[in-house]
Amino acid sequence: MENYCECGGGQLVVHIPRELDHHQAGMLKQQADLYIETHGVKQLIFDFSKTEFMDSSGIGMIIGRCRKMGYGGGRVSARNLNARIRKIFVISGLHKLIEMEESESCREETR
Amino acid sequence: MQRRNEMKISFDARSVNEAFARVAVSAFLIDMNPTLDEISDIKTAVSEAVTNAIIHGYDSPQEKVEVTCLVEGNRVEITVEDTGRGIADVKRAREAFYTTRPELERSGMGFAFMEAFMDEVRVTSAVGEGTRVWMCKKVGVQEG
Repeated sequence: MENYCECGGGQLVVHIPRELDHHQAGMLKQQADLYIETHGVKQLIFDFSKTEFMDSSGIGMIIGRCRKMGYGGGRVSARNLNARIRKIFVISGLHKLIEMEESESCREETR
Repeated sequence: MQRRNEMKISFDARSVNEAFARVAVSAFLIDMNPTLDEISDIKTAVSEAVTNAIIHGYDSPQEKVEVTCLVEGNRVEITVEDTGRGIADVKRAREAFYTTRPELERSGMGFAFMEAFMDEVRVTSAVGEGTRVWMCKKVGVQEG
């Protein structure tokens, strides 16, 4: 199974795959939780550089990790969102719950 | 000239088929010259409806989900059907953030997303018989 997580110095970066649906969300949840539980993660970053598709299952997965991080007082943010993913964040209200990093965030549509 | 074109697919209620369903529908619609935004909207809506059927409709992955796609002119109608558990209270199920499966980290946003991305969404369901989600959208019509 591919590893989507990069962890070091209390920071966990979750590299979201090209498509984030219910099928992928379960696998990402497992991987991220393992690090959060065992590596003393203080900052969690969701990186959407490669992501072109996300549905409400992705929202559930992100909110679940925010809750998990909240118990330990950690910070959660999202970066490199394309216009589509940004739209999904806004419609779901997720943009109010987690920090969206603006640097490089307005990446060009690649298709 | 009024184009009419229809397709139907049936597949196992396995989560891996969520991607298959939305890609199949988007491939079928290529002929309508949709914008990237329209295709993304439709893919999201199909993904939501199919995921609902798989998660809420059935216990067994051998059961089938059926997706029908009908194109008439610049309008597409998509139906996602299962013959599973059914929804007791459709009105409640359509409320944002309502979910019967919080343990699966369902956000309760599925129907809200379908409504946000399609022009119209209709849900009919009978307990023990199954659920049918019908959605339509105009495609290839530049707005504004």
